[in-house]
Amino acid sequence: MKASKKEFIAESEDLLFECRQFVLEIQDTYQTALNPDTINALFRAMHTLKGLSGLFGSKGITDLSHGLETLLDDVRLGKVNINEEFVNFLFKNLDILKTAIDTIREDKEPDLSSQIEEIKSFRASLKENVGGPDLKGIINDSILKVLSEYEEHRLKTNILNGNGIYLLKVIFDLSTFDTSLEEITKKIKKQGELISTLPVSENVPDGSIGFNLMFSSTNPVDEIKSDIGGEIETLVQTKISSPSTSTRKQEQSLKSTTTTVRVDIDKLDRILNTIGELTLAKDAVKRIGIELSEMYIHTQFVRDVYKISQTLERRLAELQDEVLEIRMVPVGQLFSRLAQVIRRFSREIGKEIDLVMYGEDTELDKSLAEEIVDPLMHLVRNSIDHGIELPEERIKKGKPEHGRIALKAYQKGNYVVIEVIDDGRGIDLDKVRSKAIEKGLLEPGAKIDDRELINFIFSPGFSTKDVISEISGRGVGMDVVKEKLAALGGFTEIYTKKDEGTTFTLTLPITLAIIKALVVRVGDMRFAIPLTAISETIALEKNDLQTVEWRKVFYLRGEMLPVKSLGDIFNIETTDEEMLFAVVVGFGKRKLGIIVDQIIGQQEIVIKSLGEYLKGLFGFAGAAEIGRHEVILVLDVESIIERALFRYEGVTHV
Amino acid sequence: MEKENKNILIVEDSATTRALIRAVVEEMADFNIVEAGSGFEALKLLPSLSFNLIITDINMPDINGLELISFVKNNPRYNHIPLIIVSTERSEEDKKRGMALGATAYITKPFKAQELQEVIKQVII
Repeated sequence: MKASKKEFIAESEDLLFECRQFVLEIQDTYQTALNPDTINALFRAMHTLKGLSGLFGSKGITDLSHGLETLLDDVRLGKVNINEEFVNFLFKNLDILKTAIDTIREDKEPDLSSQIEEIKSFRASLKENVGGPDLKGIINDSILKVLSEYEEHRLKTNILNGNGIYLLKVIFDLSTFDTSLEEITKKIKKQGELISTLPVSENVPDGSIGFNLMFSSTNPVDEIKSDIGGEIETLVQTKISSPSTSTRKQEQSLKSTTTTVRVDIDKLDRILNTIGELTLAKDAVKRIGIELSEMYIHTQFVRDVYKISQTLERRLAELQDEVLEIRMVPVGQLFSRLAQVIRRFSREIGKEIDLVMYGEDTELDKSLAEEIVDPLMHLVRNSIDHGIELPEERIKKGKPEHGRIALKAYQKGNYVVIEVIDDGRGIDLDKVRSKAIEKGLLEPGAKIDDRELINFIFSPGFSTKDVISEISGRGVGMDVVKEKLAALGGFTEIYTKKDEGTTFTLTLPITLAIIKALVVRVGDMRFAIPLTAISETIALEKNDLQTVEWRKVFYLRGEMLPVKSLGDIFNIETTDEEMLFAVVVGFGKRKLGIIVDQIIGQQEIVIKSLGEYLKGLFGFAGAAEIGRHEVILVLDVESIIERALFRYEGVTHV
Repeated sequence: MEKENKNILIVEDSATTRALIRAVVEEMADFNIVEAGSGFEALKLLPSLSFNLIITDINMPDINGLELISFVKNNPRYNHIPLIIVSTERSEEDKKRGMALGATAYITKPFKAQELQEVIKQVII
């Protein structure tokens, strides 16, 4: 019956979040018009937390929340009054609970004994209110005896405050009483506070059910009677009837200043989309500004347009940054989910694994974080399954008995890098080679460096038990990891050394939404290339291109740069210009010049997915709208480099 | 597990506690268990089955346990149904009131499975 840890943590965090909202509301209203429902709701949330932690099996949290529940019950029943010290005490304990849940997350049991004692002594130090009006003689005994202690307290408080107490008797048809009761309850709550709902069957015809509803109100009797209707008996007359005080009180009790709100990520997406569209509009204004300045450079009017477009640009960038920042979550959230899998999974297969994490504070866009969790999970399971050796084997190799997996995150420019590092056996490159040959991906005897060779494990269907995985049986292969990363505008790298281990490096942009791109033209088509992938652009003449070993190359500052025409890649007829442009993409050895007819310019674009229909199309990361309703495709630079550099002539790609 | 042709109504606003009580009761015999999340829901369910036992919490929103007990005990159609109160130790006063209204037994949360099972046995078997 033990609830799973993950669920427990998620639910408790939600509850604590709720509690914090309630305490904030109490802080704002305890001096003026504290709503009894707020105390009640807080009391119930604490009660639920106690139940949850009891089921989960954390004695510390159970006892602590029990202590707080008892304390809140005293307030609820009017035994003690709330003051600033009390509110602070509640805040302090919510913090302690939060920390305790973090401890649980790390598979430890929090020690809260001193805190539990503190709650007890705090409770003992509070002055207890006594008395209140004697209800006997004022309220009918048959009503009094069904009141719970809490309801009795509410009744007393209402009488003390000079509110009127009323009794409404209603009879409803048994088949429809639920909706009728709900309606009348709503009406009563508009007028005041419903104290007790007693169902009765005496003096009620068959097929019907009666209710005695006792409520309080500060409003004049006439108003109550005309609004609610029915037979209303006045049990205690109201002592305040000035409508001005009652309205003021209502106004105050409506006020609630909380400093946090939870927002659906979809809403933030919509804001970002709007910002994206505004950015397009800004670009248009800017362009007009530039064109005007070319024509009438000196006029005040032109300077104004230019200034306005500058301001727009700055403010939009700020706005965009702020919204993006809201969406950021620490990578630690992902890591802790992975940590759970690692612990559970390694235990299942009898491998002892020490887990270390670095850079948990590194921030990543929430939607990216969610997208990246499955690929990461796959890599981690892969490391446990195939990377880390069994204890006996490790001892034989002279390695520590426990395997080690490190999860590491850091920021690198506009990218976040996440690494999964294991100290296992590494990937056997000879096996990768023979498998690649067997699959027809590589010619026997072909010269290929290790780095290129290892990339074969990302090919679809490339799985061998010996080499990398039985993972295909689990529904995700390495090719899916790579595809996912590409779809997010990132890329994957592997570094492996026999018997020393493997490092998977996932590099992805910090945020999805808006990127700077270079718009290029080939023939009559336009494409966008993400600026982050571009190292430089070169203007060249057709004659500058040479052919070496069947490949077109360009000598860039004495170094050979492989080039590929975008027209060739997508079968587009080029306009056959004398002057061409090469957009240089990629890093280090993975550099490629993409030949285009014309470079149109830089622009900020909002990448949108191509949707289910066009998913998996080679060479595109998505689509973007530029200018007025014009849609262009955004290149997936990684896959283009891949195809241009690593696919050999004569070898068919599956 | 023996087959028991008995209908039991559990009235409790906390889903967790409700599930817990259900589990404890199910352990005893193959009872037909019906759950209500509030006194109000219980009131709606009452005419639907002939209940042999009601297990109820006291502090609930809308109709509380005491009001439910009072209704059951004052209605000739239901007043034969025994009621067990399950409530916290802070609700001593409430439990006394419940017993005064005609509840058969009470048990204090947190309780051991055995305790509740003992009480149920005494009340209905």
